[in-house]
Amino acid sequence: MKPPPFVYHDPATVPEAVDLLSRLDNALPLAGGQSLMPMLNFRVVAPDHLVDLNRIDALSGIAIAGGVGRFGAMTRQRDLEFSPDVARAFPIMQEALSHVGHRQTRNRGTFGGSLCHLDPSAELLNMTALHDGVLTATSKSGERKIASTEWVQGIMTNALRAGEMLTGIELRAWMPGHGFAFEEFARRHGDFAIAAVGCLVVLDASGTIEKAALCVSGLGPGPARLAGAEKLMAGQRPSHELFRAAAVEAEALDAVDDAFVTAAYRKHLARVLTYRALERAVAGRADRRSAA
Amino acid sequence: MGAKWFGASVQRKEDPALLTGRGRFVDDIKLPGMLHVVVLRSPHPHAAIRGIDKTRALALPGVHAVVTFADLPESMRRQTVPLLVPNPAIKQVYMPYCLARDEVCFAGEPICLVVAESRYVAEDAAALVDIDFEPLPAIADCADALAPGAPLAHRDATSNLGAHIPLDVGNVDAAFAAAAHVFRERIFQHRGGPFFMECRGMIAAPDPATESLTIYVSSQGPHRHKRVLLDLLDWADHQLRIVTPDVGGGFGPKGSFYAEYGALAAAAMALRRPLKWIEDRQENFLSTQQERDQYWDVEIATDADARILGIRGKLVHDSGAYMPWGVVLPWIAATTVPGPYVIPSFKLDVLCAFTNKVPTSPVRGAGRPEAVVVMERLVDRVARELKLDRAEVRRRNFIQPAQMPYKVGIIFRDGRPVTYDSGDYPVCQQSALAAVDYENFKARQALARRQGRYIGIGFGNAVEATGLGPYESATARVATSGRITVYTGATPQGQSHKTTLAQIAADQFGCTPDDVTIVTGDTAATGLGVGSFAARTAVNAGSSVHLASKEAAHKIRQFAAAMMEVAEGDIELENGFAKVAGSDLKRSFREVAAKAVGMPGFSMAGGPLPGLEATSHFTPDQSTYSNGTHVAEVEVDIETGQVTILRYLVMHDCGHVINPMVVEGQVVGGVIHGVGNAFFERMVYDGDAQPVSTHFGDYLLPLATDSPNVEVLHMETPSPLNPLGLKGAGEGGTIPAIATLMAAVENALEPFGVHIAEAPITPQRIVELLGEAAKGRTK
Amino acid sequence: MSNRRKIKLTVNGQDYERETETRTTLVDFLRHELDLTGTHVGCEHGVCGACTVLVDGISARGCLMLAVQAAGKKITTVEGLANPDGSLNTLQQAFMDNHGLQCGFCTPGMLTTLTEFLAHNPDPSETEVRIAISGNLCRCTGYQSIVAAALQAARVMREGKS
Repeated sequence: MKPPPFVYHDPATVPEAVDLLSRLDNALPLAGGQSLMPMLNFRVVAPDHLVDLNRIDALSGIAIAGGVGRFGAMTRQRDLEFSPDVARAFPIMQEALSHVGHRQTRNRGTFGGSLCHLDPSAELLNMTALHDGVLTATSKSGERKIASTEWVQGIMTNALRAGEMLTGIELRAWMPGHGFAFEEFARRHGDFAIAAVGCLVVLDASGTIEKAALCVSGLGPGPARLAGAEKLMAGQRPSHELFRAAAVEAEALDAVDDAFVTAAYRKHLARVLTYRALERAVAGRADRRSAA
Repeated sequence: MGAKWFGASVQRKEDPALLTGRGRFVDDIKLPGMLHVVVLRSPHPHAAIRGIDKTRALALPGVHAVVTFADLPESMRRQTVPLLVPNPAIKQVYMPYCLARDEVCFAGEPICLVVAESRYVAEDAAALVDIDFEPLPAIADCADALAPGAPLAHRDATSNLGAHIPLDVGNVDAAFAAAAHVFRERIFQHRGGPFFMECRGMIAAPDPATESLTIYVSSQGPHRHKRVLLDLLDWADHQLRIVTPDVGGGFGPKGSFYAEYGALAAAAMALRRPLKWIEDRQENFLSTQQERDQYWDVEIATDADARILGIRGKLVHDSGAYMPWGVVLPWIAATTVPGPYVIPSFKLDVLCAFTNKVPTSPVRGAGRPEAVVVMERLVDRVARELKLDRAEVRRRNFIQPAQMPYKVGIIFRDGRPVTYDSGDYPVCQQSALAAVDYENFKARQALARRQGRYIGIGFGNAVEATGLGPYESATARVATSGRITVYTGATPQGQSHKTTLAQIAADQFGCTPDDVTIVTGDTAATGLGVGSFAARTAVNAGSSVHLASKEAAHKIRQFAAAMMEVAEGDIELENGFAKVAGSDLKRSFREVAAKAVGMPGFSMAGGPLPGLEATSHFTPDQSTYSNGTHVAEVEVDIETGQVTILRYLVMHDCGHVINPMVVEGQVVGGVIHGVGNAFFERMVYDGDAQPVSTHFGDYLLPLATDSPNVEVLHMETPSPLNPLGLKGAGEGGTIPAIATLMAAVENALEPFGVHIAEAPITPQRIVELLGEAAKGRTK
Repeated sequence: MSNRRKIKLTVNGQDYERETETRTTLVDFLRHELDLTGTHVGCEHGVCGACTVLVDGISARGCLMLAVQAAGKKITTVEGLANPDGSLNTLQQAFMDNHGLQCGFCTPGMLTTLTEFLAHNPDPSETEVRIAISGNLCRCTGYQSIVAAALQAARVMREGKS
């Protein structure tokens, strides 16, 4: 379980990295390495060139302004986890991050690396879809914006074209005081989720739902927003029937069996977790209002 | 000599080195000129090998050799790895050659060694060895393997039946005919493995001048490895020294001799270079021995009062591709079934099937956890059907202390009748249940259910054969420097023997454990040795260390008495001195030892035998039986199937305890191993016997966040079978744990009529068993 | 471009300059090129935590970093944890007091992980400790004694500071 031979490059700037990636045959970018390094050790990938992005300072950073959070692709998960700005604008993020691997892997793992690797259950992928994320791909010919809805092209296949690398992520922040909940079921702490649901809600003063977002991961190749439920809930009072309708929509998503988990169980969990996420997001919103 | 150290929670002598990075595990050893080896393993569960082309691999710079079956010495080509525990129950013997000859029978079987300057280059070269395989039909499931027309795990076998053990005690058919009640259970217990943190590894360092080898191997006992290697190399005793340094966990499977060990020794001799092979984690999943699967189909007969009249049924055991430990594991499983209960008649047909999977051998508990699951499931079934309390059914069936020693009626694998030496099973259960306030649990459960929470309690009783013979070696020696060393064939893998055995010795020498160095697992230090497995070291090595130290201490007194011209009985040993009681007269151990080795030309005739040393090979008559009761309280989230362990308590009786801190550590760690088997660990193969769970992302070990705090309480019923009253403690944590947790989950789900008959029981399976009820609040 | 590179780094306060193959993992570099064998290799896929070291004070899997990525960094391994006089530090002593290790193979990763954690969270709850070590596998102890050791160490460190 040792990495195969490769030529190692560690550019200091994005243009250099993009140049290497477009010029070299069979080159892979190395971000935090928490997925690629095991794949190298298992020799399930064998790049001729490894382009290490860790020296490119310009790829790291968090800037939140005007209701938009801008994140460099190499921003460490640790930096998201401990950023007070992120906690303020995207309060669900910390809850989601607490499920991402373990402290040692979050210390190295990056936002962009997680999105590019594209494990179907990845929490940061859910967060990106939940916050209507826009991704920036950079190539020698410039930048291209990719909507989060376009990002997942298939199982562990992202929308980057040859010669492109992910350089940034933008997320839309919700209004201060919104309700949120991230419900995940994994076999153990830090394992990839069997299913997970991110939920954001805004309630008006009377307790009616103004706006809701629900995003389910673990079932298909990427996260799925529950468009029907989101639409249905706007203008409604929270209720068992409403939560149940969302849960039923989540359960109806497509899923496949694998050697360890059945599709039926993933779908069942999507149902249960959707209900729980909604319930907690709404209750949390109410709690915060009464505390204020 | 009074026991000052025996029984005390002495801090461990092993710790300072391990806490500061100064441990010495096999992979920490670096020898001049050492080369690195990759074992190239079969990617096929079953295939014929038509040919091997090394050309491309050998062309890679840095590659020194590719070693195949054809390159092995004649002594390794004419014989397989020997079966050390033959048994008439074995119908077909299949053991591997040191490298596959012309057939591979599991994905992971060694085919060749690739030797290179570094592990990195060796892995590069391994990908360049071209092997022409002819894939053969493979069999994955042991129950399917016994069906007519099943693919054969070995192409020249007559069937997949490896062994058949018929156990028959009393008149079981008459008992069933007369029974008021008969219940049948079908129970499946899934494959799991040891998954020690340090993978296996070995260094073979040849000395061409003397045609000899020194081997460092991560093992549970080098002496048996030496025995095997002497056969395979056709060598004399002086040519081989095997040393086991620090070992990062063993749990059973590091006790086995693996085919690649022979190949590595031969390759080192051929290349005249030290060779290091360190198993990586992927190989560990593909080649280190595992335990189970087992399918049990059993019936229990009781009278109208729930008294057990008999048990009968069938066990199908998955041997995997070979039988490295013969029928030891299924035999232990079968004979452990009766446990602490009076079972007047018992009939079990044990069928061991070959499959194209990693061979199975004992893992912590060694078949006993499976047996306890079966017995305790049956007893719980009786209670449920007869609407009796589960504790009451057990009370009615316990063997009573007055019946000790108790003959179970079954013959153990050593050919001797199973005879429990001591133990108080009724009090053990009663104390455990009292400690968790079992009486009021039903009320707490009812309250929780009203709140929509499903809590349950389960318990399990077990009796465990420990301290298996034949013996363990110990030589206690006081050097002419006055320093004390005790050598033993015991081979710790984390069990703290360097501390506990030093405690035993210190009591004899009147010194502290820090004054005694325990040297373990070195064939040059003790000629004989068996090793550490099967909870045998405290009883065997502990007794031997006690007896050898006692005798060596006696010799100190003899020589010192002569030196000071006093009676032997007046000598006391204290802090490195032999003192004359009630006077200032004394001699240091150093002076006495110098005297005891003699001086050239001066006769020692007529005095004590030369040297301050003594050797003992304590040989127990039979096993001594530890016992325990485990109790678990769990909560099940019916919507997700998640089980949370709310409380876990162990009442444990392993006789006199050498070091309570160490025993508690063994018990707690063992329980969490059981938690893994009960809820998490699944070694999954596809229908063609290709392993699917081959890394720690798919094979789940319990984490700190999955592990409860375990409360450990002790009873001490000393064994009459050894001088210190010891019983084994290494596996008692694991053995009843699976049964206990299954029972607790079933009890939590009682309102839904869910019956648990498989381990591990996963959240997904719980949701499946709950059906519509799992929709919970989303209904 | 060569597959070898010369790197400078500091390990446990000592400066090293070595040429290494660029594909060498950090843990292999520490163990086999610097002979610091206290850091262990348990799985090489980032799950077991035995190879955890501190990189500029922050824990990382030694098997998921290349040695060349540690160039210019300050690395702390288990060999660098003891007090300057060689005695066990508070955390190590707590492991010894609580029987927090049996075979000792996972121990270096537990110690480095907890070193970072306790510096960040000096007064943790039991649950927080369990989460902190949830990325470190131990097959011997059942974790209970490790958790007890961490809580003892935290308490002693807090008392030492007050």
